[in-house]
Amino acid sequence: MEHTDLAAQRPPGSELLAEQVDAAERDLLAAARPQRRAVGQASFDALIDGEHKVEPTDWMPEGYRAGLIRQIAQHAHSEVVGMQPERNWITRAPSLRRKAILLAKVQDEAGHGLYLYSAAETLGVSREWMLDALHEGRQRYLSFINYPTLTWADVGALAWLTDGAAVVNQVTLCRSSYGPYARAMVRVCREESFHHRQGFDALRVLAAGTPAQRAMAQDAVDRWWYPALAMFGPPHNRSTHSDRSMAWKIKRFSNDELRQRFVDICVPQAEVLGVRLPDPALRWNAERGHHDFTEPDWDELRRVVAGHGPCNRQRMDHRRRVHEDGAWVREAATAYAAKHHGGPQHSTAHQGAPAARQGLPA
Amino acid sequence: MSAAPADWPLWEVFVRARRGLTHLHVGSVHAPDAELALHNARDLHTRRGEGASIWVVPAEHITATDPDDKDAYFDPALDKDFRHPGHFELPEGVEHL
Amino acid sequence: MTRFDSVLRLGDDALVAAQRMAHWCACAPQLEEDVALANIALDLLGQARALLTYAGGIEGAGRDEDRLAYQRDEREFTNALLVELPDADFAVAVVKLLFFATYQNLLYQRLATGADTTLAGIAGKAVKETKYHVEHATRWTLRLGDGTVESRRRAQAAVDGLWPFTHELFEPDPLAPVDPAGLREPWAALVRPVLTRATLVVPDDDWRPTGGRVGLHTEGFGYLLGEMQSVHRAHPGARW
Repeated sequence: MEHTDLAAQRPPGSELLAEQVDAAERDLLAAARPQRRAVGQASFDALIDGEHKVEPTDWMPEGYRAGLIRQIAQHAHSEVVGMQPERNWITRAPSLRRKAILLAKVQDEAGHGLYLYSAAETLGVSREWMLDALHEGRQRYLSFINYPTLTWADVGALAWLTDGAAVVNQVTLCRSSYGPYARAMVRVCREESFHHRQGFDALRVLAAGTPAQRAMAQDAVDRWWYPALAMFGPPHNRSTHSDRSMAWKIKRFSNDELRQRFVDICVPQAEVLGVRLPDPALRWNAERGHHDFTEPDWDELRRVVAGHGPCNRQRMDHRRRVHEDGAWVREAATAYAAKHHGGPQHSTAHQGAPAARQGLPA
Repeated sequence: MSAAPADWPLWEVFVRARRGLTHLHVGSVHAPDAELALHNARDLHTRRGEGASIWVVPAEHITATDPDDKDAYFDPALDKDFRHPGHFELPEGVEHL
Repeated sequence: MTRFDSVLRLGDDALVAAQRMAHWCACAPQLEEDVALANIALDLLGQARALLTYAGGIEGAGRDEDRLAYQRDEREFTNALLVELPDADFAVAVVKLLFFATYQNLLYQRLATGADTTLAGIAGKAVKETKYHVEHATRWTLRLGDGTVESRRRAQAAVDGLWPFTHELFEPDPLAPVDPAGLREPWAALVRPVLTRATLVVPDDDWRPTGGRVGLHTEGFGYLLGEMQSVHRAHPGARW
């Protein structure tokens, strides 16, 4: 069975990440203990200081709400736009088993997008508003998605490296102070570890395969290593949102700490795979207890974020076209509901939804 | 493009993981009507065999307590510890009580 | 018509339908539908793998699911033409699924109680899957047919374009475990009321394209196979 042979080939370090998800979930439950009563800013501060979770109808500073919307929406968009580079290979997957695995993975990404849009909606914005913001370029998605998947090995390397980086990042978000986000992330992370692992597994088979397969695997790792490292964002001293996000416990570790953790996790995994990480300066530093490595090219990241990566326009054109092509279907379903079910209860529900969701044990 | 219709309504999803367990809130979906809401909930929330039964409820049909009323709603129950069996002291040797 | 041929054509139907359906991933009209269509494609792919594996076993020439999927040419594929037709829009995908899943469901129901126990096992699982596919396609056929003027126009165009290809599904095959000819009536009894409720009109039965079962496919099929097989064929003997 494919489940068991995937399980036998889990990348070193993955158990640890899974344990961290479990621990974060235990903390979620622990954070549910009663807290002292207070109002407004004082109540919010008490929640944050006491490691309680903030829930949708709690008072929260406008900056906290806006920051969360920005971060969760960006995360949701990354899942949804991130389907594109991988769907590129579903129809060409070289075995039926790999085709099924890849299709299930890309489907999960749509699912993760949905969990996350729901979490953002509890903050009083609609999915339509977020999609408009994406399509109009007011909200972003992760920059690595703007690189092309050029060979089958990219499917493996992309999942091993960028899903690996995402897991390192997201495991810490399971402890976000905002309850709906933390709960969504627990689910996302559980499912994401399958993504990470199938990538490692696909790459491992290539790296042990024919010379052409091995070359393909190495080439893919060469191209995806730095986009993956850049996923943690600019160094702390260049990041615009870091300090406040950390104070509010939306984010728990600095970009640099997470990047270092990722490098340290990848090095032994690359050895098991038998692929070379494309950084001649990469070596163990016994003094620091970490690997030294070459930082990504931050100017390149800035260019890609500014819209000048190889695939930015293609990705956004695809998203907009799919959305526009689907409009007649969405309109038809709305019209049908109006005729047969007394009409869709119109979606001012979004303003009401956060209130309605208070108290639901999501 | 700006003519895109408003979002479909939001439905809260409750899943019974196995027989014998209660339905638990697991998240939400958008759908134009109840039938599609059930389909969407099934496809989104039970991809890994997590469900034996699903409820969907229009989000706007849920009436919730206001957090500002939390004290009035819930504090009065806090001082009635005689409702819990641990309130009562049992004489030594008494069982099945 | 050997037992190998009859299992192979079931597998080819499911495989080609899955390949077409997988194209919708990241292209559906709503994210929820991306998830739904991927589920259906995964079910079809699972059926294809089980059926091709079984066919390869019957044949006994050492061909596994991948050999059969990736190393045969157009003329060797025996799927019905219906499943290889491209999805010009969501209405085509939905109506095609309604037609095909209803056929599959009726066929699998009968195979599930048939004498071939391996096939009965595969079919038993697939009955549940295709029941859901029929429901999904039915709900969408109703919504598109009875939705807006535009959606009705597209749904009717899909019915007009696809209906002629349904005849091939039911061509007589007395040697098959279940003769599909006997399924036409029950199939029509299920499909016609859905179309009627959806305000859609069934076209005349004047054109009955055929050929898929003997490897005579549409021109577009070569592109479907070319895409599907490209990586596998570029690396002979490789493991994946």
